[in-house]
Amino acid sequence: MSIASKTPLTAGTTRLISLSNVMPWAFAALFLLCLPFVFQSSSALTIMNQMAITIVFALSYNMLLGQGGMLSFGHAVYMGLGGFFAMHAMNMVEDGLWLPLPFLPIVGGLFGMVFAFLIGSFSTRRAGTVFAMISLGVGELIAACSVIIVVFFGGEEGISGDRTMGPPVFGYEFLTQQEVYYLTVVWLLVAALLMYLFSRTPIGRIANAVRDNEERAEFLGYSQRNVRWISFCASGFFAGVAGSLFAINFEILTEENLNLATSGSILLITFIGGAGFFVGPIIGAVVFTLLQTVLGLHTELWALYLGILFVACVMFFPSGFAGLIAMHRRPLALGKLNLLIKPYLKVAIPAITSVLSLAAILEILFHKRHGYGGDHEMHLYGIAFDSGGYQAVAFATIIAAISLFLVSRVLPEIREAWDNANHAEDRA
Amino acid sequence: MALFLVNVLDGFVTGLLLFMLCSGLTLIFSMMGVLNFAHASFYMLGAYFAYQISLVTGFWVGLLVAPLIVGLIGALIERYGLRRVHKYGHVPELIFTFGLALLIEETIQFFWGKSQLPFSEPAALDFAAFAIAGNAFPAYKVFMIAVAMGIFLTLLYILTKTRIGMTIQAALSYPETVQNLGHNVPLVFMCVFGVGTAMAGLAGVIAGPVLGVFPGMALQLGSIVFVTIVIGGLGSLWGALVASLIIGWLQTFATAYDVTAEQVLTAIGFTKPELIWDHPLQDLWTLTLPQLGPILPYLLMIIVLVLRPQGLMGNRES
Repeated sequence: MSIASKTPLTAGTTRLISLSNVMPWAFAALFLLCLPFVFQSSSALTIMNQMAITIVFALSYNMLLGQGGMLSFGHAVYMGLGGFFAMHAMNMVEDGLWLPLPFLPIVGGLFGMVFAFLIGSFSTRRAGTVFAMISLGVGELIAACSVIIVVFFGGEEGISGDRTMGPPVFGYEFLTQQEVYYLTVVWLLVAALLMYLFSRTPIGRIANAVRDNEERAEFLGYSQRNVRWISFCASGFFAGVAGSLFAINFEILTEENLNLATSGSILLITFIGGAGFFVGPIIGAVVFTLLQTVLGLHTELWALYLGILFVACVMFFPSGFAGLIAMHRRPLALGKLNLLIKPYLKVAIPAITSVLSLAAILEILFHKRHGYGGDHEMHLYGIAFDSGGYQAVAFATIIAAISLFLVSRVLPEIREAWDNANHAEDRA
Repeated sequence: MALFLVNVLDGFVTGLLLFMLCSGLTLIFSMMGVLNFAHASFYMLGAYFAYQISLVTGFWVGLLVAPLIVGLIGALIERYGLRRVHKYGHVPELIFTFGLALLIEETIQFFWGKSQLPFSEPAALDFAAFAIAGNAFPAYKVFMIAVAMGIFLTLLYILTKTRIGMTIQAALSYPETVQNLGHNVPLVFMCVFGVGTAMAGLAGVIAGPVLGVFPGMALQLGSIVFVTIVIGGLGSLWGALVASLIIGWLQTFATAYDVTAEQVLTAIGFTKPELIWDHPLQDLWTLTLPQLGPILPYLLMIIVLVLRPQGLMGNRES
């Protein structure tokens, strides 16, 4: 049993899921198949579909960032183009092309791969900053083109289609949200498994080597450019698959699917989840979709919170949520995880209070500033109050100060417990 | 001819404005090896601060104070944010500045909302400086040229003729040696970052009245700025100048001349199809030069990168 290392050198190669152990995959499949029985409403199904698509997209992005060391600011291009081609294929089905809907993602994936092949031919020569800048330029170029080439991209309105026109597959016509969910989930599992297996192939391993030390990989006889190019094409394929799934689910694609904002959010998702781990992007996609849909319902400031979370993540825990979880593997291996439970519980209440009260300060200030027509009545956490005066802000500030003070008091205890839990007294 | 001259001047203004951003970005890049993705966000902060200050004191105080505040914020971010991330490597640094750009945009929307602010040029400069065959050239644009040129010449003088400039240039290539000679290199980095962001802030103040003050202004210019320094060659100050001017003129001329693809294609000898709106090539026939304007910089970047990966004046690839 190896222990997760925090150094970037070994971060991506740590086997969170080993090939001999198929249990996690079986569990994931079972879990995903049962989910619709728990959440039956159509809005819940929509959120789950969106989550699944984001997971495929984020995993394909992590083939670049986490496994290949390529920071891309234009990955939405391949998802968007794959989606647009899939949408056109879907419309051709209406005119008589024989293509059952479940195979549509292959079409989108292939087109994503073709464009990744073309663009990768000049962008993968260098990693790092140059690659990042080229990806940004290409992303902006394609996004700008989408407004000009109206025949293909449909201009401002985008293009739409109808997924139910194809030949039925085993009697299913994909009319209901539930049928689409199962289609999406099967593709999610297939794509995730393929991407996982890709990372275990020799080319996937060499991609890690090129990420960590491109010069050394060259001396071993591998062209760093070709290695990156191959990863880039594979990543483009799965991004195209994600785009096709988007086309199937929402039946509309617009310029928004390939612009910089989408490319940026997939970077954010992957990084928050943890780029060094295979499961990182999955965690990131789930957290992001929940924040966007659930938090977005309650506050206008969700993007600000997300930005704060992202910057905090880069500064304080650059291995993301998956990294935070993986940190606990050593205490677990030593059988000392129980040492951490008490201090964690102790810090939980003041920590949650401080986050909520800091958010309250922002919300009240925002409400004061942008209150509509002098209406100062405000509802927050189920409490109705007047945001006009200074009392509300002062109250929230005092609570925040007290809870932050309590957190700072518990911190030394956590540090001590952490040291104890990671320290093996006798070599058993 | 007169229109041509006006466009040359307009493109010159745009190019110089772009250069004020690119010069700071290039300096920061060649020092720390990190591309500051949030550079255009500092430009936006400059415009917003200047607007807020100008409400109380008028334009001129804002012109002086806003860049100073922006520079101070930049220096603090370098000291307490970027330096912390530096140990993880260049890619996390780039991701950090990307997150910063998001955060600054959201923060600005938090305080000032989403709509455009009424920030206008000072009354003292609200007249036509001169006219070229009936086309008036506003005094404010002359002022913009003067400020940008002044900044450029000062920068050039400091970098090449003063002791501080020598230290900075030395620290660019051999930071350890310079450190061993007794210079405080981290302090130099912090100051360069501060000055670079202050210049971006200044560019924001003078561009605000012309280009508008709104939360999307960073995004609007941000990608163009990166494209410019990639075209010019990463880390090359002269390259940044040349590329800024090229892009300034390219965009100005593209929007000024309404050449349509129809004219070009007919001139070559093709005939326009009768039912253009159902034709598969309708976009080719209805294309106009102003439509192409926004994508020209990106096209130019790809051409330059394919033919000359190190950029126009760069001497290294990364």
